[in-house]
Parts: sequence; C-alpha cells; structure tokens
Amino acid sequence: MSTTTTTSVDVRNVGRRFGDRVVLDDLSLTIGESEFVVLLGPSGCGKSTLLRLLGGLDLPDAGTVSVPKARAIVFQNDRLLPWQRVLRNVTIGLYEDGADERALAVLDEVGLKDRARAWPKTLSGGEAQRVSLARALVADPDLVLLDEPFAALDAITRLRMHDLVRDLRHRHNAAMLLVTHDVDEAIALADRILVMSDGRIGSTYDVRLDDDERDVGTAREDLRASLLGDLGLAAVH
Amino acid sequence: MSTGFAPARVRPSRGAAAPSRERATETFTAPAGREGSRLTRLRRRVSWPLGIYTTPVAILVLWQVTSELGWLPEKIAPAPTAIVQAGVDLWKLGELSVDLTTSLRRVGIGLAIGLTIGITTGIIAGLLRSGEYLFNGVVQIVHTIPLLAILPLMIVWFGIDELTKVLLISFGAGLPMYLNLFAAIRGVDQRLIEMARAAGVRRWRLITRVLLPGALPGFLVGLRFSLAYSVLGLVAAETINANAGIGYLINRAQTYLRIDQVYLGLVIYAILGLLADQFVRILERVLLQWRPSYEAS
Ligand SMILES: Nc1ncnc2c1ncn2[C@@H]1O[C@H](COP(=O)(O)OP(=O)(O)O)[C@@H](O)[C@H]1O
Ligand SMILES: [Mg+2]
Repeated sequence: MSTTTTTSVDVRNVGRRFGDRVVLDDLSLTIGESEFVVLLGPSGCGKSTLLRLLGGLDLPDAGTVSVPKARAIVFQNDRLLPWQRVLRNVTIGLYEDGADERALAVLDEVGLKDRARAWPKTLSGGEAQRVSLARALVADPDLVLLDEPFAALDAITRLRMHDLVRDLRHRHNAAMLLVTHDVDEAIALADRILVMSDGRIGSTYDVRLDDDERDVGTAREDLRASLLGDLGLAAVH
Repeated sequence: MSTGFAPARVRPSRGAAAPSRERATETFTAPAGREGSRLTRLRRRVSWPLGIYTTPVAILVLWQVTSELGWLPEKIAPAPTAIVQAGVDLWKLGELSVDLTTSLRRVGIGLAIGLTIGITTGIIAGLLRSGEYLFNGVVQIVHTIPLLAILPLMIVWFGIDELTKVLLISFGAGLPMYLNLFAAIRGVDQRLIEMARAAGVRRWRLITRVLLPGALPGFLVGLRFSLAYSVLGLVAAETINANAGIGYLINRAQTYLRIDQVYLGLVIYAILGLLADQFVRILERVLLQWRPSYEAS
C-alpha cells in the first residue's frame, strides 16, 4: 500500500526553534499520495510543531515545506464554533454552491446526519470530534493532518473512531498524517509509522498488516515492542 | 495529567471510619413533570410566583403596612399607594406624560448616538490594529474622567439646552459599549480563529461568523452598562435648566416640598432601569442560546 508514485508532502531539512530550545532539527519527511502516516513521539517532542508547519499555521526557521494546497487539520480539541449549529460548523470553509448537501453527506458518513441542527454544546466528546472530522473532509482535501484527535476520548470511543477513520480513508483518497503518543493507535491505523526523537525522524516502520493482524498476533506484538523500545520504554506485557 | 500509575494512597473516607454509623447515601430519581415541561414551569411559577421581584414586592408590602400603621412619617416616605396617587394626579393634569416623553426622547436620541458611535468604533478598533491606535488612547483617557465632571465643560461648549443633555447621555452610553466590544473582539478564542484560518475561511466570513458572534456575550455586557449609564446621564442632564422631564419633575416637587412626587420621579427612574435590564435579559436568552450556561433550580 505504501508504494508511492507521487509525493504529497515533502519536508526537507526543516528546523524550528523557540528561543534557545531547538524543537525541530534538520527534519526531513515525505508522504505519498493517499498514504496514511502516523507520527509517534512522547509529549513535548515537537509533533504539534511539525504539524503546524505542515498546516501552514507556522513557518520554519530553516529548510522547506511543500504540501498540497487543499489540506485540512483536525485538532486535538474539536474547536467547533459554539455559536454555530453542527451543519454550519461543517460548512465554515466552503464557498461553492451546494455546501449544505455536501456537508450533510459527510455528516452522514460520520453517522451524525440527524444532529446537523444541534448546537455543539449538546454533543458528546466523540460526536464533537466526529463533526470536526466531517469539517476536515467536506472540502475533499488532498492532505488531512490530525493532531492527537482522539487523545481526549475514552478507550471505547477511541476504538470506534479508529474504525471510522479507516473507513473514511478508503472513501476519501487523501494522504493523512496522524500525530499521536499512543502506540496502539499507531499500529491500528498506519501504513507507515515514524518515530520522532531529538527533533527529527528517528526510525521508520512500514506496516504491512491486514486489519485482523493489527488487532492480535505476533507480528503486531513485535512491532509494538520495537516501537516502545524506540520511545525508550521497555515493552510491558 | 494523572497517569493512573502513581501509587494510590488509600485513605479511609470519613464515612467508612465510623462503622457503627450508617453510611450516608443519596438517591436521585426523575423529577416530576420533566417531560411535561409546561407543568414544571407552572409549578415553578406557583412556588416563586414573582421570580426576581419577590424581594421588591415584599419590601413594598412592608412599606405600605408600616405607613398605614403610622410608623413611617409621611414627610420621610409616603405610602406606595400615595406615590401611585401622585402619579395618577399628575397624569390627569397632563404633566406626567410631557415629562415622561421628554425624558424618553432624550434617552432615545442619546442612546442612538452613543451606541452607534460606540459600536462602530468598538468594532473597528477590535478588528484593526490601526483602529486600536486611533481610538483606544483617547477613550482610555476620557474614561478616567467621571461622567458628572464633564458636565460643566459640556455646558460651556454646547450651552444649557437639549444638545448638552443628549450628548451627556450619548457619552454615558458610548464609552462602556466601546470598551466592552473592543475587549470582547480581542478576547475571542485564538484557537477558533486559527481553526478558521486552517479551514480556508476568508476575511469577511471570519468577521461575521467567528469574531462578531464570539464577541456577542461581551457586547451584551456593554449594552447593559450603556443602558444603565444612559439613565445616569439622563439624571445628571436633567439637573441643568430643564423645563420638562423626570429630573425637572423631581426638582419642581422638591421646591414645593411634594415628597410624594419626588418619590414618583425616583420610581420612574427605577422602572426605566428595570425595563432596560429585562430587555438585555431577553436579548441574552435569544442570542446566547448556544452558550452552555448554568441554570439554577
Ligand atoms: N509557540 C511556542 N513558543 C514557545 N515554545 C513552544 C511553542 N510551541 C511549542 N513550544 C515548545 O516546543 C516543544 C514541542 O511542543 P509540541 O510540538 O507542542 O509537542 P508535542 O505536540 O509533541 O507534545 C515544547 O517544549 C513546547 O514547550
Ligand atoms: Mg501536541
């Protein structure tokens, strides 16, 4: 699956520092079209910083970042506008005709079509995050950046969200970069896992497992142990 | 963040420490009539029929009773019914309606001018750095001067006629609106603005769908202050050379020692204040229904 003909994201020798603190140091990374890459790293290692560079919300101090123009970000908190109903939250970035129909179609995909007229305050955490997924996908982006989108959700909801994301990526042909500190989340979703360390990509794993193998099996456990080792944690069984 | 791995120090809770005592429990069940919300509302109406007016009405009743018992000298505080009677008498003479419409017109024009300027400059300053630099300094300086202290200056500038009165009210209404609106626009959650930017929202939509709606709660706070200060401005304005208006009514009553009419004027000011407050409350209920807020039971 990770055989890539064209690249969607090309990051070359990027550096970013805040004061004396060097967060990204000579980091390079490519993502293929419709590839699902998970960026794994401990809290504070610079994952969000990199993602903000890819999203165009911040500029690098060194190096180049090239990304598709049509891109969307799913933030850790849903960041819904509390004063707009769900539907209008999804259409916030759409300017073409037929925005409402498209929004309703995507809301249907995330299972929230009947909540289109609801206020965000009436949504559960998982529902709110599904709306922000819909908001990201509605414009048919070439690249979706997800910054620990499920970190604040409970374990069961998170598993449901993984299924949803797997389903969505087959419908929408977008490259996805998901940032997480959760090893199991990485294994569940990734075509390729990048582990960050010292401000750059430390190691790379191609994940060639089918859906069942991702849930149980020795291949999965070996991968998990390697990832935990890279993160500096002894594998806990 | 709690890790869940930290060794939990188990401390016996107070209830468990005394095994002989019965453990306190709480049981929650569905409140009666939650579904039929009309019934619930009726029930609430019945148990607190006067709502926030409970205490004012209680004071009024107490006042009336003590007056009738002769404990309260009429020269200090005539009975509420006497104040109402004074109002009825003045109305029949045709004086009250003249005073009332004069005052309301002053407040209306003053509010219209003050709010228009306050809202326009507040939005410009909130949205644009150049607007902030243009207006903020002046407003901050002027804001430190008490409203009433400006009155002599305005009399010198604009005379003792309607213009000064209306401008004083505009002044009282415009300043708090500007200050609150500016702060509210600047205070809109930065993360939401970033989200909009990432979603490709362009300038006009950013203003109309993110910045202005986000500033709405602050706007309503400003409106509340504006209305209150416009009444304050009215009171101050009508102490100078008025020949009609509620303030004139009070001055005239004072001259003729008609204490009941003095009270009448105060009551009218109070009613104006209450109406303004109710108006903002209704606006809040309509405009802020999206806001997760605390509802007392
Ligand atoms: N705007 C900023 N100003 C100063 N320091 C920052 C800023 N953004 C991030 N940092 C620092 O950069 C480091 C990496 O942050 P971040 O990318 O958010 O980590 P992660 O998302 O991996 O948890 C942290 O030490 C953080 O304090
Ligand atoms: Mg982060």
